Amino acid sequence: MTPHLAVATADFSQDNFWIVLLKGAAILVFLLTSVILAIWFERKVVGRMQIRPGPNVHGPFGLLQTVADAVKLLIKEDISVRAADKAVYLIAPAISVFAALLTLAVVPFGPAVSIFGHLTPLQLTDFPVAVLYILACTSVGAYGMMLGGWSSGSTYPLLGSVRSTAQVISYELAMGLSLVSVFVLAGSMSTSQIVESQSSFWYAVALPVAFILYVVSMIGEVNRLPFDLPEAEGELVAGYMTEYSSMKFAWFYLAEYINALNVSAVCTTLFLGGWRAPFPLSAINDGMLNTGWWPVLWFLVKVWLLMFFFVWVRGTLLRFRYDQFMNLGWKVLIPVALGWLVLVIAVKALQEFGSVNLRGPLFLIAGAVLLVALAVSFFIPDKKEVAPPEPEPEPFDAFAAGYPVPPLPGQVLPPSPRKLRAMAAAGATSDPKTTPEEEVDRA
Amino acid sequence: MTTLTTLLPAALDASGTTTTGEAILFWVLAPIMVVGALGLLFARKAVHAALGVIVVMISLAFMYVAQDAVFLGIVQVVVYTGAIMMLFLFVLMLVGVDSSDSLTETLAGQRVVGIVAGLGLAVVLAGVIGRATYGAPVGLQDANAETNPVGLAKIVFGQHAFALEIVGALLVTAALGALVLTHRERLTPKRDQRQRADARVAALADGVVLTPLPAPGVYARHNAMDVPALGPDGRPLEASVPRVIRVRGQEADAREYAARIDRVLAGGWAADSEPPPQASEPLSGDEPATAALDAATSQTGQNGPAAAPDQSTEADR
Repeated sequence: MTPHLAVATADFSQDNFWIVLLKGAAILVFLLTSVILAIWFERKVVGRMQIRPGPNVHGPFGLLQTVADAVKLLIKEDISVRAADKAVYLIAPAISVFAALLTLAVVPFGPAVSIFGHLTPLQLTDFPVAVLYILACTSVGAYGMMLGGWSSGSTYPLLGSVRSTAQVISYELAMGLSLVSVFVLAGSMSTSQIVESQSSFWYAVALPVAFILYVVSMIGEVNRLPFDLPEAEGELVAGYMTEYSSMKFAWFYLAEYINALNVSAVCTTLFLGGWRAPFPLSAINDGMLNTGWWPVLWFLVKVWLLMFFFVWVRGTLLRFRYDQFMNLGWKVLIPVALGWLVLVIAVKALQEFGSVNLRGPLFLIAGAVLLVALAVSFFIPDKKEVAPPEPEPEPFDAFAAGYPVPPLPGQVLPPSPRKLRAMAAAGATSDPKTTPEEEVDRA
Repeated sequence: MTTLTTLLPAALDASGTTTTGEAILFWVLAPIMVVGALGLLFARKAVHAALGVIVVMISLAFMYVAQDAVFLGIVQVVVYTGAIMMLFLFVLMLVGVDSSDSLTETLAGQRVVGIVAGLGLAVVLAGVIGRATYGAPVGLQDANAETNPVGLAKIVFGQHAFALEIVGALLVTAALGALVLTHRERLTPKRDQRQRADARVAALADGVVLTPLPAPGVYARHNAMDVPALGPDGRPLEASVPRVIRVRGQEADAREYAARIDRVLAGGWAADSEPPPQASEPLSGDEPATAALDAATSQTGQNGPAAAPDQSTEADR
């Protein structure tokens, strides 16, 4: 399609049965241990943000808190609701977890390394539509939430699952559209090729709008604050997992955190250069840090920075109201994504068919736009605090509408009986119009 | 493709026969798909039927991938399973949790028309497929030479561009039609959250409660929703029991529960009467209470009775 950009997909020709098995097991172990760490991490960071220590009792820095919680969850009584649709009720959490475990199979952790003499990429598999496969896995995972809520035979879970359906459908659109601009620029949908094509600059820099759209919709996709409407505890108890307990609940919980890790890994791969070392490091010793096992470190650092971003957002923003959330999805994200896509395709087509090299001019234009925006931002006057017009003092009814009420702005509290007596005692010598403060000062 | 062949050794070998891997995959998936398809036909609940379809769709996607049509397989899951069936289930859930199909026909002659239309479609399809001619197969290696999605894109946007445009026009028309049909002019000005909150505060004087209603006596005295909480004066708070339970007359008699506690404190037995005490006459036989409650609710838009505390005290006296 694009000869000058086409790069080879990762080479899996030396993989044999046990290497595939080993990589699969490694992904599984990585996800499960990372979830345990992620829960501790989230509680600790949110705790710090709210000026409290967070878990700090079990193990060093409270690291074993999650293990204790997990064991407690597993040995709890497993309650099945009588009104539940038994089979679906059992399958739903399993669907969630299995779909969540599938995604990392196509995410590259690093370039080709030697495992026991076999040269193999640090990636379970890759194929020409790998990113679409990720979307497919997330949409199957949504069935877990949806069926779990429906099969519970209860109102709040049903509302939660209806919300999650609407949410997944509307945010997957924006997410898919933001990914398309990556495909257009990379000329491929294979994850290893996308990482390969980011060797000169990350797509977060080249496609800033798509990056922002993806980050917003990925938070919506994994149901985390401020978009956690399917399980809003203030409105729906716990949403789709209200009627779940013990291990079945734990599976939903697990799937939620695995999904958070998944979208972070996908965001890293598609926008943040994947396993490639960040700029100053990548220049050291002729790209030494981009070879061997080093890239795993960069990949993990980027994933955990995104996880920190998740926690940061959770600790900062309030939950959206449902209509605001839908408006954001349909009236902001999708139109912006469409417009951006048209722009990217137009530029790409000019480059391909008009055979003009637009990279230099584009960087100039982007720089100019940034500078102009910065300059304009200095000239926008601060919003002036419009002082409300001083209202005329109106008579104050202390029992307006039958309740004892405080004076509203513009109403003046009548002098208290004690003050009236004081004023009477002062007689004609004092000015009757003294303010209460002056009165207090005098006393 | 090399990876896929390691994972799913699936493609045809040189002699054109199915490899063992693909044969195993087929014989595992085929029974599952048949069961799923039968589930669609015979399931009593609509959601179970939809689940059957989902199983068939995902198994079909596996088959496509095994036959080197990766793009088709994945898009099958993203579009059909992930979006279209999702919408189906969405509607099914909203229509009703337990609604099993009603077999009464509402349209006269529907069955006859359906059979005739089905036969007609079968004839047309048979005619088209019977007359179709196939070119010489190029083989998967050649078809997927520039990777599967690129090969597919060249066919769809090259050979069949016109058909694609027509389908696009059809879809846009359908979407516009849906927009036009569901469009509605707003007759009243939109009230936002701020205005509604202000209205509730303004209605405070009419006896509307701003705070949440008191919780029922769950955990305080008893573990059931139908037991009213007791107020500071020892009287049961009628408003603490959910409105639905009150309207149905399923409210428990709070005074009986209070009497039990007193008996226990006095050293006696809790159970005086075996079945849990029900209120003998719901809301002192005041049957139009439903209407009154509804009026009280709708007047403020709050999920609770407006003048509930007054009612309860009256009911108790």
